[in-house]
Amino acid sequence: MADKNAIVRIENLTKKYGEVVAVNNLNLEIEEGEVFGLLGPNGAGKTTTILMLLGLTEPSGGKAEIYGHNCTRDPIGVKKVVGYLPDSVAFYGDMTGRENLRFTGELNGIPKKEIEERIDTLLKRVGMEEYADQKARTYSRGMTQRLGIADVLMKDPKVVLLDEPTLGIDPEGMREQLILIKELSVKDGRTVIVSSHMLYQVQQICDRVGIFSHGNLVACGPIEKLKEELSGEGYFETEFFAAPDNDELLAAMRSVKGVESVDKEKGVYVLRSKSDIRGALAEETLKKGFSLRHLRLRTGELEDIYRRFFEKEVV
Amino acid sequence: MANLETVKDKCVRILEILFVDKKDPYADSRKAGMRALYKKELVDYFRSIRFLLVLLLIAITGITSVASAGAAIRSSISGSGSSAGINFLSIYTTSGQSMPSLVWFLSFLGPIVGLALGFDAISGERSRRTLSRLVSQPIYRDTVINGKFLAGVTIISIMVLSLGIVVGGIGIIMTGLPPTLEEFGRLLIFLIYTVVYISIWLAISLLFSLLFRHAATSALSGIALWLFLAIFLGMLADVIANVMAPVDPNNTTVAQALANDAWKMNISRISPTTLYSESAGVLLNPTQNSLGFVWTVIQLNGANVSNLSLGQSLLIVWPHLTALVALTIIVFAVSYICFMRQEIRA
Repeated sequence: MADKNAIVRIENLTKKYGEVVAVNNLNLEIEEGEVFGLLGPNGAGKTTTILMLLGLTEPSGGKAEIYGHNCTRDPIGVKKVVGYLPDSVAFYGDMTGRENLRFTGELNGIPKKEIEERIDTLLKRVGMEEYADQKARTYSRGMTQRLGIADVLMKDPKVVLLDEPTLGIDPEGMREQLILIKELSVKDGRTVIVSSHMLYQVQQICDRVGIFSHGNLVACGPIEKLKEELSGEGYFETEFFAAPDNDELLAAMRSVKGVESVDKEKGVYVLRSKSDIRGALAEETLKKGFSLRHLRLRTGELEDIYRRFFEKEVV
Repeated sequence: MANLETVKDKCVRILEILFVDKKDPYADSRKAGMRALYKKELVDYFRSIRFLLVLLLIAITGITSVASAGAAIRSSISGSGSSAGINFLSIYTTSGQSMPSLVWFLSFLGPIVGLALGFDAISGERSRRTLSRLVSQPIYRDTVINGKFLAGVTIISIMVLSLGIVVGGIGIIMTGLPPTLEEFGRLLIFLIYTVVYISIWLAISLLFSLLFRHAATSALSGIALWLFLAIFLGMLADVIANVMAPVDPNNTTVAQALANDAWKMNISRISPTTLYSESAGVLLNPTQNSLGFVWTVIQLNGANVSNLSLGQSLLIVWPHLTALVALTIIVFAVSYICFMRQEIRA
């Protein structure tokens, strides 16, 4: 992946806290304009990686560059082009939303007139213009997150780093937030790096994902490719259910070619196989007079991919 | 071995940050960040209840102490019928019947003002979770400390100058002694010393606020240090001086007394409170021409001393100002190094 468009280059990046390795020898390149998802459970090293990219944490080894600025040696150069939305962002409670944005604009040395124009456009964009003149302490979590996006965009960054941007907001708010994030790449052509442990939601907007586990990048690539990678290893799990649920059904399932095992998990059968058996399975059971209630290939979802990688890790 | 290398590397970087004047490519963002932060902090101070409380504390102590000092001066003038040895500046240094002098109040309560203004400067940003957003803007970390410090110093200057002027006004009304130009100069320089003195404590509280995660820990450490420097250091200095340069109570020689006093003075001068009180005494009393034991003896003997000019008085306390500023710089250097290396996590 030695693409010449790579604007974020991470080489052998390592962070140790005493004996604990938070990020282990990370190598990663991110291209201009893509949405990259850093996925993994809490404590996998996502936030540490982001902090090192911003120069807020000193790496123990290796280096990272954004647009040619070394993240450790030239953090100001990096911060001029990178906008960062911290994990559970917060604003000064006794200032209004507008005042908070103005302060960010001033810190970035943006001319006064431009600040006011940007505030208006951004507030409209994130749907906060109605609440802009309320004190920030009155905002709900979802509103704060939306104002957070506006705050990140105040400096008109080329790269946007979002740490858990969907944490603690309701499904509807999350959907809006994800649309906003996707637009940063599609409409504005910014590079977006988004970290999350909410795999399913975030995969919808990512061009590529990197899966973290215990400080290691265990998989990296477009979701489709990760799926294939797993399929290549003969990992197919099919959830299946049909009525009536009896021994004949079990026999019918077992008789399908390629099925290696059948287990019952949470009210559905899980069939493991080396190839996609959905067609054959449906045909066989319908032929025997069962009515199909549930059929789903598990490996298709990111959560399953994710679980697989962890199983591999543990073994 | 590898460990040693990284340690060396880090030392070099810290030195680089502190001393090497690499042509700053981001001078503009430094200025913009500084201005924005300074402005915001000032507004924050003016809006805060804490500022009001501190102002109230200063105003009440200032006005009551000057009222009682004024009363004392009046009764002493009417009692003796002469105003010898009393001038406009006496209003700041005279203690009334039940109230200590304004200078004593400032030397004692000044630290509290400094601590109150800064004890949660950084830890507050941390606990409100706004710090990570702040340091992810293109500003240097020391700009954050500098902006907060300068705003605090501005607040302190406003408070101290207005207090000095209000007190002076009340003094003129109560005693009818108008200041000469020189006395006014002395007053102004004394107020500048006061600002520097309180600012040291602001710098100390800023340092604590970035060392400790909790505002309470930071406030308590500040108060502990203040108690130590304001009260215990003096006792400790006595003890050490008596051990190092004992004085024979039956047969005290001048040499013994002077040696003992030198130990005592030098140890207690570690504390900014001592430095400040000594300089305030000299600045506000034109007749004071020496410090410590020597001055006590001169006063006790009622020796007739002539007034010093302002320049001469300044000469005595110039080292004090240097020491006060040097202390501030040391505290700042420590703050920079600690903050620079600190990890900021939400």
